[in-house]
Amino acid sequence: MSQAFRIGDGGLVNREKKLSFKFNGKSYFGYEGDTLASALLANGVHLVGRSFKYHRPRGFFGAGVDEPYAIVQLYRNGETEPNIKATEQELFEGLEAKSVNCWPSVNFDIGAINNFLKIFLPAGFYYKTFMWPKSFWYRIYEPFIRKAAGLGVASIKHDNERYEHKYEYCDLLIAGSGPSGLSSAYAAAKNGARVILAEDKPRFGGSLLTSDVNIGNQSGKDWAEGIIAELKTMPNVVVKNRSQIFGYYDHNMLVMSEKVSDHLPKTKKYHPNKRLWYIRAKEVLISSGSIERPIVFGNNDTPGVMLSSAAKEYLKVYGVLVGKKPLVFTNNDSGYETAIEFKKHGVDPIVLDSRKNPKSEIIDEAKNLAINIKNSYVVVAAQGYKKVKRADIASISDDKKQLGKIESINCDCICVSGFWTPTIHLASQSGNKTKFKEEIDAFVPGVSKQNETTLGSANGVFSLDETLKTSFAAGSELSKKITKHDNNIAIPNVVEKKSSQHDKFWCVPLPKGKNYKRFLDFQNDVAVSDVEIALREGYRSIEHVKRYTTLGMATDQGKTSNLNGLQLVSEIENKVVPAVGHTTFRPPYTPVSIGAIVGREVGKHSKPTRKSPMHSWHEKNNAVFVDAGVWLRPRYYKRGNETLFEASKREAKNVRTNVGVCDVTTLGKIDVKGPDAAELLNRVYTNAWLKLPVGKARYGVMLREDGIVMDDGTTTRISENHYHMTTTTAQAANVLSHLEYYLQLVWPDLNVNVVSTTEQWAGAAIAGPKSRDLLQKLFPNLDVSNEGLPFMGYMEGDLFGVKARIFRISFSGELAYEVNVESDNGNFMWEKIMEVGEDFEIQPYGTEALSTLRIEMGHVAGSELDGRTIPYDNALEGLVSKKKDFIGKRSLQRSSFISEDRQRIVGVVPLDKKTSIPEGSHLVKDAKAPLPNPKLGHISASCWSVEYDNPFSLAILKNGKNMIGEKLFAMSPLKNKVIPVEIVSSHYVDPKGERVRS
Amino acid sequence: MLYINCPHCGMRSQNEFSYGGDASVKRPELNKEVSDQEWDDFVYNRKSLRGKHLELWQHISGCRQWIKVERDTSTHEIFRTFKADEKVA
Repeated sequence: MSQAFRIGDGGLVNREKKLSFKFNGKSYFGYEGDTLASALLANGVHLVGRSFKYHRPRGFFGAGVDEPYAIVQLYRNGETEPNIKATEQELFEGLEAKSVNCWPSVNFDIGAINNFLKIFLPAGFYYKTFMWPKSFWYRIYEPFIRKAAGLGVASIKHDNERYEHKYEYCDLLIAGSGPSGLSSAYAAAKNGARVILAEDKPRFGGSLLTSDVNIGNQSGKDWAEGIIAELKTMPNVVVKNRSQIFGYYDHNMLVMSEKVSDHLPKTKKYHPNKRLWYIRAKEVLISSGSIERPIVFGNNDTPGVMLSSAAKEYLKVYGVLVGKKPLVFTNNDSGYETAIEFKKHGVDPIVLDSRKNPKSEIIDEAKNLAINIKNSYVVVAAQGYKKVKRADIASISDDKKQLGKIESINCDCICVSGFWTPTIHLASQSGNKTKFKEEIDAFVPGVSKQNETTLGSANGVFSLDETLKTSFAAGSELSKKITKHDNNIAIPNVVEKKSSQHDKFWCVPLPKGKNYKRFLDFQNDVAVSDVEIALREGYRSIEHVKRYTTLGMATDQGKTSNLNGLQLVSEIENKVVPAVGHTTFRPPYTPVSIGAIVGREVGKHSKPTRKSPMHSWHEKNNAVFVDAGVWLRPRYYKRGNETLFEASKREAKNVRTNVGVCDVTTLGKIDVKGPDAAELLNRVYTNAWLKLPVGKARYGVMLREDGIVMDDGTTTRISENHYHMTTTTAQAANVLSHLEYYLQLVWPDLNVNVVSTTEQWAGAAIAGPKSRDLLQKLFPNLDVSNEGLPFMGYMEGDLFGVKARIFRISFSGELAYEVNVESDNGNFMWEKIMEVGEDFEIQPYGTEALSTLRIEMGHVAGSELDGRTIPYDNALEGLVSKKKDFIGKRSLQRSSFISEDRQRIVGVVPLDKKTSIPEGSHLVKDAKAPLPNPKLGHISASCWSVEYDNPFSLAILKNGKNMIGEKLFAMSPLKNKVIPVEIVSSHYVDPKGERVRS
Repeated sequence: MLYINCPHCGMRSQNEFSYGGDASVKRPELNKEVSDQEWDDFVYNRKSLRGKHLELWQHISGCRQWIKVERDTSTHEIFRTFKADEKVA
């Protein structure tokens, strides 16, 4: 198809390079430098989508971020992405896009029936209609609404694109490369400041690309190019295009999304798709410009109605005519600039100006070009369904209330200008209290909260001369403060045409007998009548009106609709606009890809993976791993076709009969050193520590100040002032912080140092009746007899030339030892244990067998120390000293903690001795009681007892002490199980603890 | 994201720190008789202040020191920071 609407030459696109693309299956051509929007318009395509609620035809309204209509589904390199604005998407060879929110096609859309039902779909329709009957919500209403809603489809495939995060610091961050951004960046850069200049579009220059001005005796565009070229050569300046600063957070932290690859057919190898920049700036200059706002009139959403500035941009930047019979409808001079551009390219526009007799240089120029201008005239309604064909126009009275006789004129586009709205989003996000500026009928930044300065039209300054002067001054002053350099730069002279005051007019009244929809919010189909309903129904706060009508809530966040909405509310409420106030601006300014926010932290990269030094041995020996916090631990070592159940049973059984070895490197280890180390332990643990001799270990429990058990573990006195503390895998980091808290803040007088040594030591637990024999062979020179190395004893030894620490401690309840060597020797130790252990039928065992062993012994772990239990609950009250004080002791006097029927750990066995009890099951008295069945306790851990060959569980049970022998039911509604059980002692195996001492 | 001046390391981003609550809470001395009310005040009862608040942060991914930060809870403005043992005047 030919590009019938592309002018002969002109524009900034590269006409040497033709690009082919597809829209809704049809092939077109455009040029390098086009956006999808400009390329479609060049081909005369104005119908790109359907509106959200009424499915009315949608065209193009803007030429950038403010676009409310032209949202497409993009297909690129085998991936698909929804919610892409055609006005922002740069064209590349082979681009494919489709319309959204229409079925079966954009030309014939079934949902458009809503347009004829609109009388039944007013504001709040969903809230009012889908309330009753209640049961309909899940089954009928929600699925229906979900199907009807949406602007595109998110891909359910894995996203193969790469996204990066970058952290950056600078003196000045400048948002926007229009006249104010360029001037302030240049001035600051010349003073040696570290500057980041960000532009969301591919081209730098902002309004200078389209305005007819001169700076320093060259065109605005050429001046901008020169400044950018020079900035790019400066080592202290980073210049970024395609980069949107979308969020202004606390302490001058801003976040910017850089589109690295979106304009390419395919992301280059090793390149990211997008890069998210976290920028901490000393000063922020907001030069984000302004967005033209529409004037509201009948059917103002018809394709072909668009912002006059957008029409000018399509013409000047892309060389594209948005129409050949344009009508310009304006209340200020900007419309004339667009009309002049049309005229210059041989197209005759008609200008309707709501003002009676405006006078300015720009208007004079238009008159000199013999442009047809009608003063005190307005567009009453656009006519045409899928494209503007005619416009109903009329004269309007001075008070803007009375329309004259309606005339119909032919046109193929209506370019509308209702003056300019400063883009104050970033300033507002930073906490700036904005203020209403009467002269421009819009909000501008007020007093800065953080180090932010708003410049140019974003600050409501529309004179180029003033913008340049203030921006050069701001860039220079702010950088001078930081760098102490002052390179006085001459501010270039500016030639611009003076403009006249705009008309405070934003909405055309309805003619008698007509009921045209007059849209305020184009993406969410919010019309004047919807806001009127909301106010009639009693909504007053602008925030409530917004939520009830969805005004300003779509993906464009009301960039073109908010102010007109405020004007309407203030008019109906008979208030001034500042009294109504605007809704809160929140980040992001424009939609940001979830992928960019997530960055590289995907899947396994979302957290670090910690592996023990013996990891590769486990891998080679068929270990099946399990996540234990950030650690990977062998769950079991699979032999042949074994299941988890079979393997863990075999491994646990072997510990009870022969000897097993388990990797316990993951246990937290903390070195506690100093003359007051014993005193610290004595305050941290519930039991006594002052008399622990050198070479002995002790089990300890530590509490939080509220009396709840925080962690448990053994601590060994290595030498006079040196202790080796162990913690559970999960609590290692918290325990270290806990100790640091008390040492640094509460008891700074204690002379103790603590440091984590978890990574420094590799640990292997050797457990089972044959473990002593094995240990003896590993350390032939040591006396490891029951007398030489008694239970809770400690010694150091030489393991085939490697220094080792040997602890006689046991988690499995068997005769057991733990051997630690420096991490680098971990694998060596493990291999030696396996080699020497062969004679004793050693087998490695994983966490599943480890759990089985500890559960049937009644040893508590994380599932019992779950942040809700005190020592008594875990049958650990024997470790609570009555004589000394310690952290959390006072809390143990709480009445609920000392009540007679306090919960306590018990053992649970199913009556049939066959049915395993799901963890988390509730213990109840009566299985048939009505729900919610009163809960007496819960199953904290379950295993298959290898000692007795039947299921066994631990539970925390109310009045557990007096419940031994009782019959209850374990109920798991999740697993649909009701199991009759008997309560037994939690010490199911070896209740006297003879094996560990044998 | 807050920018916190660690008295030991200098300006660092919030993600290097972990929050530790009200810095004005004082633990009752060991072995001292404490009433239920006093103990509850120490363990549980906190004022949820709007405005200037002295609070604890630990530079957990840095020097691991607990520090005191004077911060406005409504504006996030940070006025001063102190070492753990520094007197707050």
